[in-house]
Amino acid sequence: MGLNILTLCYIIGSVTFIIGLKMLSNPAAARNGNLVAAAGMTIAILGTIFLYEEGGQRLGNYGWIFGGIAIGAVVGTLAAKKVKMTAMPEMVSMFNGMGGACAALISIVEFNHLAHDVIPGSNEIYLPDGAKGMLLIIILGLVIGSVSFAGSMIAWGKLNGSIKDYSFKGQHIVNIILLAIILGLAVCLIGWLPGNSKLIFYSIFALSLFYGVFFVFPIGGADMPVVISILNSFTGVAAACGGFLYDNKVMLTGGILVGAAGTLLTILMCRAMNRSLLNVLIGSFGGSASGGGGTKEQGQYKEISLSDAAVVMSYANKVMIVPGYGLAVAQAQHACHDLEKLLEEKGVTVKYAIHPVAGRMPGHMNVLLAEADVSYEKLLEMEQANEEFPTTDVVLVLGANDVVNPAAKNDPASPIYGMPILDVELAKLCIINKRSMKPGYAGIENDLFFRPKTSMLFGDAKKVLQNLIGEIKNL
Amino acid sequence: MNSFLTWIYSNQQIIYIVILMIFVGIEVIGRVPSVLHTPLMSGANAIHGVVIIGAIIVMGKAEHDNYLALTLGFLAVILGTLNVVGGFVVTDRMLEMFKKKKKV
Repeated sequence: MGLNILTLCYIIGSVTFIIGLKMLSNPAAARNGNLVAAAGMTIAILGTIFLYEEGGQRLGNYGWIFGGIAIGAVVGTLAAKKVKMTAMPEMVSMFNGMGGACAALISIVEFNHLAHDVIPGSNEIYLPDGAKGMLLIIILGLVIGSVSFAGSMIAWGKLNGSIKDYSFKGQHIVNIILLAIILGLAVCLIGWLPGNSKLIFYSIFALSLFYGVFFVFPIGGADMPVVISILNSFTGVAAACGGFLYDNKVMLTGGILVGAAGTLLTILMCRAMNRSLLNVLIGSFGGSASGGGGTKEQGQYKEISLSDAAVVMSYANKVMIVPGYGLAVAQAQHACHDLEKLLEEKGVTVKYAIHPVAGRMPGHMNVLLAEADVSYEKLLEMEQANEEFPTTDVVLVLGANDVVNPAAKNDPASPIYGMPILDVELAKLCIINKRSMKPGYAGIENDLFFRPKTSMLFGDAKKVLQNLIGEIKNL
Repeated sequence: MNSFLTWIYSNQQIIYIVILMIFVGIEVIGRVPSVLHTPLMSGANAIHGVVIIGAIIVMGKAEHDNYLALTLGFLAVILGTLNVVGGFVVTDRMLEMFKKKKKV
């Protein structure tokens, strides 16, 4: 009876995952979709705790299980509630890493279950017949889970700025060798089962962690969303390995579903940047970028004073704001909204031009501006915005760089060549707020800054906006 | 070769599920607008938290003197819960903003 109900729970869980994911890809239904999936997950988890049995034996250790869930739930909720909107991508990466680590730990425990010590204390190991398939799945779960964990932690560190891009000559070769060693050890372990298999098993674990680190290290910060998306689908596959191991259909469906959807999502993200996945993974951004016009001499740029900027903006008919990561870093979304309101009071039309990959993740800017109560109708997508630029008087670029870089249109050697950009040059005047003349996250020079219609306004986005608001009020 | 075929035979159900789920996963998010990429990734991130079920099973099966399994299982339950709960809450927070925007 119990098991029958459990099966029903798992079926409900699997269906809610599919429906939830479907609803998540539709703006109107997205929030409910998330709740549907969460409800299904709760049913599946409670069902497992109370109804799971193996050989007529129910699960024990309830104290430990509930203790772990309580700790995880409290910490997880607090972390997720407290995190700033700008740090959202890091948070996703962090939680993804947790899932990967969980899968790897399960593999370690199951390996020790599978391999009974012949003589306790020695490294000799005995595997029951027909356990090779199981061993394969365990190792698969271990490798994928550990890579996902280590990679996600590095991605997390990179996004919050505590880890810098780092690559050395021949890194790709080291990666390939590392992967080959892992594969070789796995084949050796499954095929021959040598005496010191525990040692080999833990070596695979350690090497997988290293591989995860080296896999993410050289990838440029601008490509982080793509990497997180890949690692996300990795963890999905690792979870599915667990499903294989326990013949558990809800883990299997959930894991594979995320694995497949995550892979497609990764490809869609790459397409939004007009780059191939291989290019992202192998052509570490910073390294090849210097080839593209990097040697070109820097021209002259001109600066605009705050008061001049205040004047041109308050006497303009239409102002278009182009937000980028700089806005997110400076937490300037509220100041930005204040500026918008002030200008609107003066009869200026203010709109926002949102590039699909502005910020660190697709949709990053939408979420950020929504937090500051910027109305939905004011956010223009790239195509609409490009139509409106010719009739725009002033474009204010706030901490965006690569998404307005004309090199994407006219420099075939540039690493971002072919990426659709916001044609801010079509406007009458372009004011660019940046902290300094340093190239943006992708490490590419931006010709736009040296164009005659462009003026630079240096400083932290939030401070500049606040000062700008002050100046406009004083006019 | 023979053992490989037997393996396929004895696991055919699972193999069918894997193949079908791959197609479902691709089909289901086929036409997602780019604005929703982040929440969708975050939602999918929460869903692969099902791995917690494996952690619960490991934990529940562990014998009382098997400290390795107890410790690792306990850790796995914590991490898995973090993934599930944190994942869903973060996704909800992201989507909350989308909703607020519509009402204005």
